[in-house]
Amino acid sequence: MRTGYDLELVHLTKRYGETVAVRDLNHVFAPGSYVCLLGPSGCGKSSTLRMIAGHEEVSDGSILLDGHDVAPLAPAQRGTAMMFQNYALFPHLSVRDNVAFSLRMKGVDKPTRHKRANELLALVDMTHLADRLPAQLSGGQQQRVALARALVTEPKVLLLDEPLSALDPFLRIRMRSELKKLQRELGITFIHVTHGQDEALALADEIVVMNDAVIEQAGPAREVWAQPRTEFVARFIGGHNVITLPQGKVTVRADAVQLADEGMAATVMAIEYQGASVAVSTTTEGGDEVLALLPEDQFFAAPKNPGDAVRLRWDEARLHRLTA
Amino acid sequence: MAATPLKNRHVLGWLMAMPLSVVLLAFLFAPIVMIAVVSFWGATEFSIYPAFQFDNYEFLFGSPVTYKVFGATLKYALITWALTLAIGFTVAYFLAFHVRSLTIQIALFLICTIPFWTSNIIRMISWIPFLGRNGIANQTLISWGVIDEPLEWLLYSDFSVILAFVHLYTLFMVVPIFNTMMRIDKSLLEAARDNGASGFQTLVHVILPLTKPGIMIGTIFVVTLVMGDFITVRFMSGSQRANVGRLISNDIALLQYPSAAATAVVLLCTVLIVIAILLRFVNIRKEL
Repeated sequence: MRTGYDLELVHLTKRYGETVAVRDLNHVFAPGSYVCLLGPSGCGKSSTLRMIAGHEEVSDGSILLDGHDVAPLAPAQRGTAMMFQNYALFPHLSVRDNVAFSLRMKGVDKPTRHKRANELLALVDMTHLADRLPAQLSGGQQQRVALARALVTEPKVLLLDEPLSALDPFLRIRMRSELKKLQRELGITFIHVTHGQDEALALADEIVVMNDAVIEQAGPAREVWAQPRTEFVARFIGGHNVITLPQGKVTVRADAVQLADEGMAATVMAIEYQGASVAVSTTTEGGDEVLALLPEDQFFAAPKNPGDAVRLRWDEARLHRLTA
Repeated sequence: MAATPLKNRHVLGWLMAMPLSVVLLAFLFAPIVMIAVVSFWGATEFSIYPAFQFDNYEFLFGSPVTYKVFGATLKYALITWALTLAIGFTVAYFLAFHVRSLTIQIALFLICTIPFWTSNIIRMISWIPFLGRNGIANQTLISWGVIDEPLEWLLYSDFSVILAFVHLYTLFMVVPIFNTMMRIDKSLLEAARDNGASGFQTLVHVILPLTKPGIMIGTIFVVTLVMGDFITVRFMSGSQRANVGRLISNDIALLQYPSAAATAVVLLCTVLIVIAILLRFVNIRKEL
């Protein structure tokens, strides 16, 4: 039984001339969840988001929000709001007027819309900069304004197009915890497009991995990471080795691989010290690249050098068979 | 010792700025000073003589013709500005936001410039056979039965003067506006739509404010060109209308240089005041 404002894609397709950007997507986004659309560039994740937002026409299929097909509606009538990649703040308007823009378009009078804008600015902790112009703000501050502007329309679904890609790594980590906190407080669905698997893992209740215009795998973050269905997902989500065994392709987590006296023969290609652990890249005789993530003390108890022959061992129970 | 390289740097800087400064001094500053000086000279029917007197200005400001002609000049400038702005904004909007492909954008833009491949006198004169009493326009209208006899106001009138001005100068409005519009981030338009703005609201609340600097630059072009013009007014009005440029050119034809210089100084001041007022409204610095 589904309740609340769930979002459903039904046979959603997007074609640009001959090329298919999004092919026959079917998916239900649970209400109030943080969903990450993850995939390499050109996989169709942005087109999907823009179709949900209404900035891209749907070639085929429908988008159901709370049981209604919103595909023919204008962006503002759908109950969605979009936060753009470069934030798209109006450069000639103050922060407050940016946030109040949609209310102004609806004809709300000035005191009311400013009051409402101030509430939203308080929510994102930007009250003290309300009179500035966007050009006078830092990237992180601009993002908060963009967030406030999107939320002022009281959307049921907030669409975020690579919201963190314009920020420096330090700020990115801070902003992502703020995004997550905000989503939890508001209880609305966030759909967040990203090509960073670490970002998706850190944020998402549900990860939807896309490749070549289709969904490769969708599920809770832990499930997608622990049980990748396809080789693509295993490689893209990171932390996995894909090994060809006689019985088929399997994956084994990098932290489950150990160097031992017996096991699969391999040659060390590179060694990278990462602080708590050491990443040992090896190539097996079969030509598969296998990464072993060893605890730092264990590695330095028996250090290896590039070119050394080693044997790789893992617990059979930790092998995961790929279905495709 | 530390001062020497610094001093050298100053000398070098002055040297590098020199060629342009010399050009500007010789060809811009000196002539203006000359005109200002001559405007205080005296003149008789057959001679001009150096002096420092205000006769020329007294005569200029004392004559009702001056006010009428300045009024006519400002009227031409205002009407031409309004029309070129309306047409220029529309054309630029179409080019910048409706045409999606860059190639077609460039092609259409080049088409806009085709009239500039011939001299503006030719472009102007080509209106005459079109608008004349027995011209193409009148004949066509008569053959369609719209009018019974030729329209007299088509040629040698304010209408024809302004028509020629608009024809000559609209591109000066299109180019800066188009340039500014091309710099508007397209995602701003999507953001406006996402926030529920209609097409018209987007135009008024987003595009127009962001295009203001381009509009201002185009305005300066058109206003200065129209206010300084004399040939268009002469040809297109059949010498029946006057503007300040024609006042000056008539004085020169009669060898009344001091009087022409005084009129020129007043015109220059008027244009500068107009531009100063315009610049109060919009900061164009970020466009330059």
